[in-house]
Amino acid sequence: MSDWIAIAKFDDLPRLGARVVQFDTVRVAVFRTSTDEVFAVKDACPHRGGPLSQGIVHGQSVTCPLHNWRIDLATGEAVQPDQGCVRTFETKVEAGQVYLRLADTAEETASVACAAHG
Amino acid sequence: MDKLKLVVVGNGMAGMRTVEELLKIAPDLYDITVFGAEIHPNYNRILLSPVLAGEQTVPDIVLNSMAWYEQNNIHLHLGKKVTRIDRKNRVVHAEDGTAAEYDRLLLATGSNPFILPIPGADLPGVVSFRDIADVEAMINAASRYRHAVVVGGGLLGLEAANGLRLRGMEVSVVHIAPWLMERQLDEPAARLLQQNLEAKGLKFLLQKQTIELVKGESGRVCAVKFKDGDTVPADLVVMAVGIRPNTALAEGAGIHCERGIVVNDTLQTYDPRIYAVGECVSHRGVAYGLVAPLFEQARVAANHLAEYGIGRYEGSVTSTKLKVTGIDLFSAGDFSGGEGTESLVFSDPSSGEYKKVVLKDNKLVGVCLYGDTLNGAWYFDLLREGTDVSQFRKTLLFGQRHLGDSGHGPADHVAALPDTAEICGCNGVCKGDIVKAIVDKKLFTLDEVRAHTKASSSCGSCTGLVEAVLAHTLGGNYSAAPSKKPMCKCTEHSHDEVIAAIRDQSLKTMRAVFDTLEWKTPDGCASCRPALNYYLLARWPGEYRDDAQSRFINERAHGNIQKDGSFSVVPRMWGGLTNPRELRAIADVAEKYRVPEVKVTGGQRIDLFGVKKEDLPAIWKDLSAAGFVSGHAYGKALRTVKTCVGSQWCRFGTQDSTGLGVKLEKLTWGSWMPHKFKLAVSGCPRNCAEATIKDFGVVCVDSGYELHVGGNGGIKVRVTDLLTKVETEEQVLEYCGAFIQLYREEAHYLERTAPWLERVGLNYIKRRILEDAPGRAALFERFKYGQQFAQIDPWKERAEGLDAGEFQTIRITA
Repeated sequence: MSDWIAIAKFDDLPRLGARVVQFDTVRVAVFRTSTDEVFAVKDACPHRGGPLSQGIVHGQSVTCPLHNWRIDLATGEAVQPDQGCVRTFETKVEAGQVYLRLADTAEETASVACAAHG
Repeated sequence: MDKLKLVVVGNGMAGMRTVEELLKIAPDLYDITVFGAEIHPNYNRILLSPVLAGEQTVPDIVLNSMAWYEQNNIHLHLGKKVTRIDRKNRVVHAEDGTAAEYDRLLLATGSNPFILPIPGADLPGVVSFRDIADVEAMINAASRYRHAVVVGGGLLGLEAANGLRLRGMEVSVVHIAPWLMERQLDEPAARLLQQNLEAKGLKFLLQKQTIELVKGESGRVCAVKFKDGDTVPADLVVMAVGIRPNTALAEGAGIHCERGIVVNDTLQTYDPRIYAVGECVSHRGVAYGLVAPLFEQARVAANHLAEYGIGRYEGSVTSTKLKVTGIDLFSAGDFSGGEGTESLVFSDPSSGEYKKVVLKDNKLVGVCLYGDTLNGAWYFDLLREGTDVSQFRKTLLFGQRHLGDSGHGPADHVAALPDTAEICGCNGVCKGDIVKAIVDKKLFTLDEVRAHTKASSSCGSCTGLVEAVLAHTLGGNYSAAPSKKPMCKCTEHSHDEVIAAIRDQSLKTMRAVFDTLEWKTPDGCASCRPALNYYLLARWPGEYRDDAQSRFINERAHGNIQKDGSFSVVPRMWGGLTNPRELRAIADVAEKYRVPEVKVTGGQRIDLFGVKKEDLPAIWKDLSAAGFVSGHAYGKALRTVKTCVGSQWCRFGTQDSTGLGVKLEKLTWGSWMPHKFKLAVSGCPRNCAEATIKDFGVVCVDSGYELHVGGNGGIKVRVTDLLTKVETEEQVLEYCGAFIQLYREEAHYLERTAPWLERVGLNYIKRRILEDAPGRAALFERFKYGQQFAQIDPWKERAEGLDAGEFQTIRITA
């Protein structure tokens, strides 16, 4: 499970928006910021599971559409004073193609970061 | 390059707040040195009263621990009093010889208690009530002595007296004025306060002038002597007769001082390298002693220290709202009345309630409340905004209409509520949760409480209660934020300023707004972007290109998002009319897409629940084929026009209310608004369409049409105000369009017509809509012009392929 998976054309990601990628086991929200960085997190807010993919993207964060929790896309952590963490995934863009890795390492890193918040 | 050197003189609330704000926006700009005369780290001076009363301890009220200074690499000099500023060489010198160079200097020297210049004022046993050392001296005295005299019946004096009484002392309060807290209360309110405090065991000596503190055999104070010859025994005397800005250091350095250190709107003194904030400053001739203005100053000073150069401090209107041993009182402005003013008074001594509102030219200039202070925040808003209250002055004394509806009940006395009382019904936040957050997390403002507890962050109906809890918990030094509220944390500008800039400077893109108004974030936030998108769209119809990514998901996906991520679909039914063919089409899509639930809405439409996002374009295609357009049930937009059957069928109907409803809906559908907007037309005064709780309601009468505005049936039910009566349907349409356009152009985003109308006043609306016929016609024309671009069915466009990516999920199977 550590291979890069081609998921979409970069141009299919709306700037300051997101696309939803449904894998067998997990639903992932893939974001593109105003500076064309790409981030991917599990499409479930740590608060009440809201679809983060449907939120408003600003800076390097997204605001959940259900109850306005703000999630840092780079770390997956909720912005203070909210506390929580969502799993992040590695992404890369090559030749206009967006790749994502359901890698073990990323998973471990994320679960470590999340564990710090209980 | 070496960092710039910032030296802060004063380790109190204003100084450290400035440092905190500075670290937030420019963490690496300065090498920071702080001098504090006390030996304690920065603590919350407001909470000294609870410490004295034994409700909290000194560690509880520390704001920034020693570790915080270390983490931020701040050189902290505690217990060192700065005695000299060498402006030429830019060095400050402390009493013990410590010196520190500066590039920028921040003076936050606070204030000194005023000590009456009378014999014995320097005796052992005579203290002020200013810092931890004073409190420790009082606690110590309370354990050994019996008689305490507090000189000064103001806020601080009463809190000191209360604390000492709780510590078991016999306490007398001496006050030179005829009644207590004469700067905050008028006489009747002060009498109620006095009775209440007397019931708690305090004694009062009013209109007594203290002339001497008498020395006892032990060398300690033993009595207080008055001008009229009386004396009272005193083992402890607390001087609480006022404070004076501490300007000695600044004056010694030749910096211009009046009552305080004189600063401009950027908190700079006459020496531009030297800033000053807090109780020590005099800004536009005013010295503040309350926390909210100080924090506002801190924010502005930090911004300029960070070399951002935006933000000005323009002064604050302050209010007093405090808790003295479970007593509610609130006052603001000029409540004593006087020439050219009128006073409205409600007095019920046996229930301990007193309210006085002072008006000048139908605007609120002062308020004094005792007993029930729940409406304090509302009166304060009216005062700061200068709202014309003539339309509701008859009910003014009874408070904001329906405040505390939706389950809060008449919760007059916040102090009396148990910790388990639910304050915020939306988020299930109890009083105890809020108090705990305020104490544990050191919160001061409504915004902070919202962020940490979520109380009052959803529907907002409990805002007054949350403010009351905040005031109670913080005690005597609470005051509401200044009147000018920035749109959000991304900017210093208020909604009105942004609206004006977009209009006057022809800003036609979001980027232009960000650049021209110096937004602090690269692309705004979830709060300002939808607002800006709306303002631009409303101001430049046909020119501004709607930005889907700045719309809340409901408006981006043209459906209401539900808790499980599915959406609801509400097709438009003009005026609430339908027919078998339409109903059949709805039934067909409900079956075809296995819609889990079909419901009739409060606005007389049919709602299909639980539709998957991917299915939306297809379902819309089918509905579109049957002649339906979007019902905009999801938007800050025209929602529905509710009607009754009217003269066509009803034996009481006076006009064709259904037909008029259809015309109104055809005119107004598709228009984006600052908030949702509902209409209704009732065919007779029986008002079956409930037109008098709509944003715009028409009640048909035999001779024409009554037009009602500013109602809503939501969080706080508000009945409409009667705007006028007109004779023809054409007039109804014109007045309706003009009213909507005025609201679209001038209300703040997310402000419904009810609060907007209360903010600007019905008279203003009348001036613009009734008295100014050309203006009304122009508003209506602008409305119709904008509608050309707005009345394009978003469902049909998307059914035909627009924004297809928005609705597709990328599926990948391993």
